[in-house]
Amino acid sequence: MSRAAVPRMLLRGWAIQVKDSSSFGFFIMSSLIEPVIFAAIAAYMFRAGNRPDALLYAAIGAGMLGVWIVTLIGSGQALTFLRHAGILELLIVAPVPFVLVLAPITLAAATVGMYSLAATLVWGWLLFDVPLGVEHPWLLLASVPATVIGLGMLGMLMASVFVLFRHANALTNMLGYPVWLASGFLVPVSLLPDWVRPVSWLLPTTWGAEAIRTSMIGGHPLPAIGACLGLAIGYFALAALTVRHFERLARQRASLALA
Amino acid sequence: MSVIEADGLRRSYRTSTGVLRRRTHEIEAVRGVSFTIDKGELFGLLGPNGAGKTTTIKMLTTLLLPTAGTGRVLGYDVATETARVRASIGYVFGGDRGLYERLNALDNLRYFADLYAVEPRIQRKRIAEVLDIVGLSGRERERVEGYSRGMRQRLHIARGLLHDPPVIFLDEPTIGVDPVGSRELRTTIAALSAAGKTILLTTHYMFEADALCDRVGIIAKGQLLAQGSPAELKARVADRTVVEIEAHAVTADAVEKLRRIPGVVAVTLDERDDGQLLRVQSASGLELTQTILARLGDARVGRIATREPTLEDAYVDVVTQGTRS
Repeated sequence: MSRAAVPRMLLRGWAIQVKDSSSFGFFIMSSLIEPVIFAAIAAYMFRAGNRPDALLYAAIGAGMLGVWIVTLIGSGQALTFLRHAGILELLIVAPVPFVLVLAPITLAAATVGMYSLAATLVWGWLLFDVPLGVEHPWLLLASVPATVIGLGMLGMLMASVFVLFRHANALTNMLGYPVWLASGFLVPVSLLPDWVRPVSWLLPTTWGAEAIRTSMIGGHPLPAIGACLGLAIGYFALAALTVRHFERLARQRASLALA
Repeated sequence: MSVIEADGLRRSYRTSTGVLRRRTHEIEAVRGVSFTIDKGELFGLLGPNGAGKTTTIKMLTTLLLPTAGTGRVLGYDVATETARVRASIGYVFGGDRGLYERLNALDNLRYFADLYAVEPRIQRKRIAEVLDIVGLSGRERERVEGYSRGMRQRLHIARGLLHDPPVIFLDEPTIGVDPVGSRELRTTIAALSAAGKTILLTTHYMFEADALCDRVGIIAKGQLLAQGSPAELKARVADRTVVEIEAHAVTADAVEKLRRIPGVVAVTLDERDDGQLLRVQSASGLELTQTILARLGDARVGRIATREPTLEDAYVDVVTQGTRS
């Protein structure tokens, strides 16, 4: 495959996955309605704490919770769907490295997760008077894709487990809330035990939330954008190794198909 | 030069039973299968369900690692040179799975064209060509979920042909497709063979194999029991006559009694929606119809016919002898 063909394949794969997920009515409905709950959590928490000035901060954190959950669950579910639909074997048997097939799938899950962030902010503004302002609009335009890429690559590392195991949902379900907490979405990391901080630095969720917050509320988003993209490269490299290893094991254990 | 080579291919699976005291069992699905397929040849792998056809095809398409033995496609090892093998083959399986149902056919084909590095400048032309080959031109903008089973199967074949592979693996492509759809698919497969593609086809429809294949291999219980052209295999049973009886309520005991009639070589009983079909193979020249009817007990009998043996009878003979030994 020529070098020019790779970006085209990634873009098409991403577009196909976003289109496929977006044509599933119930999924979109839950992505748009569930954030009401996230917005309510943010609003009532910070109102109870007499911190109305921090409502936008909290709403972004709540929205990022939605993005992370959709990315994590969506990436795993995408692999489960592909296996059930008999598509996984056809993707594996394509002559491109499977990591390049998987990357757009999890990036698409992170992109669809962004519906959740947008919906949380809109619901917060409509129902709970969350003030919506954007301090650095151009940097917000960079923060959003950087966050999608960071989360997509972390999602890919998780999804690689699904290549080998048919029922890896327990793993992804288990990781939802610890990552949410360690990323400081709603509770600042400074309030958590000291050992959590290094963990939070390794999570693109932490830097993605920081980049979007500083773009909207004010501050310096560029370092967070850089950290998010740097971690994305690291997770991509790690996922490339695990995908390759798990693909070979799956061929050995015959777990690519349903039975 | 052989395009596809299977040399002593073996594959076993591990399964476990029990919850607290788990016991692991090893099941040998394929036990040392060897065959070669030459350039431009259409080779059919025939066998009952669970015979090892799909496992063999999955090893040759790189989806499963062989437990032992080697497989080669165009000289590339299927276990170690996966990228080269994958770039040279088209893989199509039967059934209505394997497609993005909520997307239209065009999106499905474009995506796979990118995965197979079909150049953008020729992609549009190639997609139009494959749609034309499988007779789906004009339907490509419809969502796949609205397609009939036959249309999905044809779309599968179109997907498998996008990169114009020299080698095509077709795993039961007509399964579950209605008779008209099956006939159209067979026409498509015959056209591919005529175009010089090397094809490995698995099926358990004998007339399909008889009509399409240059050579067939009969596989049962993971072993290749016989191989040759349909004519060669039919020659194995040329000295026999087949009595075919449409019946109801034929019991297993009655079938056993038929097997004990002197001169009877094989007996099969197929359950069908509208009754049963009993086939009794015997040495030609023997008139056994009355003897057979006498041993059917209370079974109700419909049409009775005596005919020359077909590939299916050869298949039954090979499988029956193979599973006895």
